[in-house]
Amino acid sequence: MPWDRNQMAERAAQELADGMYVNLGIGIPTLVANYTGDKDITLQSENGMLGMGPFPFEGDEDPDLINAGKQTITELERTAYFDSATSFAMIRGGKIACAILGAMEVSEKGDLANWMIPGKLVKGMGGAMDLVAGVGRVVVVMDHTNKHGDSKVLRECTLPLTGKGVVDLIITNLGVLEVGHKGLHILECAPGVTREDIRAATEATIVD
Amino acid sequence: MQKIYDSAEAALDGLLRDNLLIAAGGFGLCGIPELLLEAIRKSGVKGLTFASNNAGVDDFGIGILLQTKQVRKMMSSYVGENAEFMRQYLEGELEVEFNPQGTLAERMRAGGAGIPGFYTKTGVGTQIAEGKEHKDFNGETYILEHGIFADLAIVKAWKADDTGNLIFRKTARNFNVPAATCGRICIAEVEEIVPRGSLDPDQIHLPGVYVHRIVQGEHEKRIEQRTTRKREEA
Repeated sequence: MPWDRNQMAERAAQELADGMYVNLGIGIPTLVANYTGDKDITLQSENGMLGMGPFPFEGDEDPDLINAGKQTITELERTAYFDSATSFAMIRGGKIACAILGAMEVSEKGDLANWMIPGKLVKGMGGAMDLVAGVGRVVVVMDHTNKHGDSKVLRECTLPLTGKGVVDLIITNLGVLEVGHKGLHILECAPGVTREDIRAATEATIVD
Repeated sequence: MQKIYDSAEAALDGLLRDNLLIAAGGFGLCGIPELLLEAIRKSGVKGLTFASNNAGVDDFGIGILLQTKQVRKMMSSYVGENAEFMRQYLEGELEVEFNPQGTLAERMRAGGAGIPGFYTKTGVGTQIAEGKEHKDFNGETYILEHGIFADLAIVKAWKADDTGNLIFRKTARNFNVPAATCGRICIAEVEEIVPRGSLDPDQIHLPGVYVHRIVQGEHEKRIEQRTTRKREEA
C-alpha cells in the first residue's frame, strides 16, 4: 500500500531533529506539524514569525496573526515576530535548517518546479524561491506521479524552475529518494511497494 | 514638527500625482494601509506602480484601485486572490513584475538603506535570473537585484507617538517596515496615536525618522482565511 497524505507527512517528520527551525509549505507539508512528537521544533512562517502555534479556537481569530497561507493561527510562549526583510534574511542566511515543500516536478539533479505552468494562470512564486535557495535542507513531499500517471520525478524538469539543484530529499507516496551526484538513490519503499515499482514509476535516473 | 493629520485625505495632500511608484506594506490583507488606499482611490490619480507583496482582493486593499484602473504595474510575489487583477493581467492592461518574496523585501530594505543593488542566490537558474548580472562569490553564483526607491510609502502600524515612532502588532508588521524605509515620503496610518513618552524607547519597531506623516483611523482589518479548531480538541 503506498503512503497516503498523512503517512507521507509522518515520514517527512522523521527528517526533523530536536532543536530545528523549520519552514513548512502549504498542503501536505502543513500536516508534518502533527507528527513531530516530543521533538522540540520551532516553525517559521515567512510572513514574519518564529514559533507558529495551531489554529485558534472559534471566536479567538486575530486578523493581525496569520501564517504564510493567510490562515488565522496562534502564538506560543516561544514566539517572536519580525518584519519581512528580517524573515528572509534568516531564510537566505541559512539560519532555517529545513524547508518541507510540495512540488509539481523534481529532477534527478535536485531541480524543483512548483510555481508556474506556462499558459495557465501565474500567481507568483511567493517565498518559495528564497526558501529553496537559502535553507539548509530542502525536502519535497509530493505524489510520485501526476493525475495522468506520468512521473513527477524527471531527468529534467519541463516546467519553469523554482530553484536549480536545490532538493535534497524526495518523499512520495511510493517511497523516499535521495538526490545524489549521479542520480537518485532509493532509501526506502512504502509498505508493499518494491524498488522495481519505484523504478517503473520514475522517469529520472535511479542509481541504486 | 507636526506629523499628525486629521484624515487619510489630508495626509496625502500635495503628495499624489499620476505615475507614482508607491511602496505599500501588508501581507495578504494583514497590516495593509486600508485607509490610505481608499483615499488614493478617491483622489483619482492614475498610472500608479505599486511595490507590494500582494494585490489585495477584489473589494479590499489594492484591489479597490484595480477596479478603478488606477494601477499600471504591480511589483509583487503572489497575486492569486484577486479576480479583477487576473482579468487585467491576462488582458494585458496591467503589467506585473514577479519578485521572489524575500527579494522584494530586501529590495525595499536596500532602497531605504541607500543601497542601489545587492547580490542574492535567490532565483539563480530560474526565469527570474534572465537578463540580470551574474557574479560568483566563493564558488557560488549570485544575481544582481536593485534597491527600490519609492516616491511614496504607505504603511499601517498599531501605535504611533506624535514623532512617528511606530509599533506594529504580531504578523501585521510584515512588509510595513521595509516599505516604510524605501519611500521618499512615508505616511503611516495607525490604530492609536499615544502621547509622547508612553512608548518604551527600547520597544520601537520603526523609528520616527522614517515616518513623515501620521493619521489615526478605524480599521476593518478583514480576515482572508478564517481557520479555527474546535474547543473539544483542546
